[in-house]
Amino acid sequence: MAPRFAITAEPLDVAALLATAQQLHDLLARDRNIEGPGAVILFVGVVRGRHQGQEVRALTYEAYTPLAVASFERIAAEAGVRVADAVLCIHHRIGTLEVGEPSVVIAAVAAHRGEAYAVSRFAIERIKQITPVWKREVLVDGASWVEGATVDPDAPEPLADAWSRTCP
Amino acid sequence: MPVTVLLFAGLREIVGAGELSRPIEAAATVDAVWRDLRDHWPALTPYGPSLTCAVNAQYAPMSSPVQDGDEVAFLPPVSGG
Repeated sequence: MAPRFAITAEPLDVAALLATAQQLHDLLARDRNIEGPGAVILFVGVVRGRHQGQEVRALTYEAYTPLAVASFERIAAEAGVRVADAVLCIHHRIGTLEVGEPSVVIAAVAAHRGEAYAVSRFAIERIKQITPVWKREVLVDGASWVEGATVDPDAPEPLADAWSRTCP
Repeated sequence: MPVTVLLFAGLREIVGAGELSRPIEAAATVDAVWRDLRDHWPALTPYGPSLTCAVNAQYAPMSSPVQDGDEVAFLPPVSGG
């Protein structure tokens, strides 16, 4: 089984993460005597070739690995507060990625589609808010770090915002 | 008394290193470590208001105490996904 949460310099194995998530939900369902996996949502973020009108050659990602993995654990726990009995697995790539390569994979598994879609969307919104990963865009005419959200994992507003995007 | 400072992304590029050892005084805080860095690399200054800090891989406010051997990380705004 693949680890549930990882930061890795290796190409992401989408199929392996999906299989792990499904297996984990099967185990959880047996343990809790509830319905097993019935819906698997796989989100794959890939390097986009054009961003805000500029051609992107590649993206270079770096992470603070221990805290990034801890953020994935936190996101899964936060998801569990609203959506019980779902399984989330998250792997994020670091290093230099070409256009089209997966940078993040989220496998969300639940008994039914509603819960699986919800935790999948919640996870990617929350990753963008709190996970210590940074990307540097390599454009045709130079490179620069993309600076998104200031991390404040305990702030209630971003958390509420992530849920509002999840369940509009 | 040294601490290990970790810097990422734009911060790392300004300083030219992702990890460095910095001396601290007794009863120092994360904020004191940051001010020392900022004094040596003034280009870091604009990052001050948007920073997040961690001590030994746990999020920590700027007022947190730091001790000999601690790992103090300064995180600029994130952009994963």
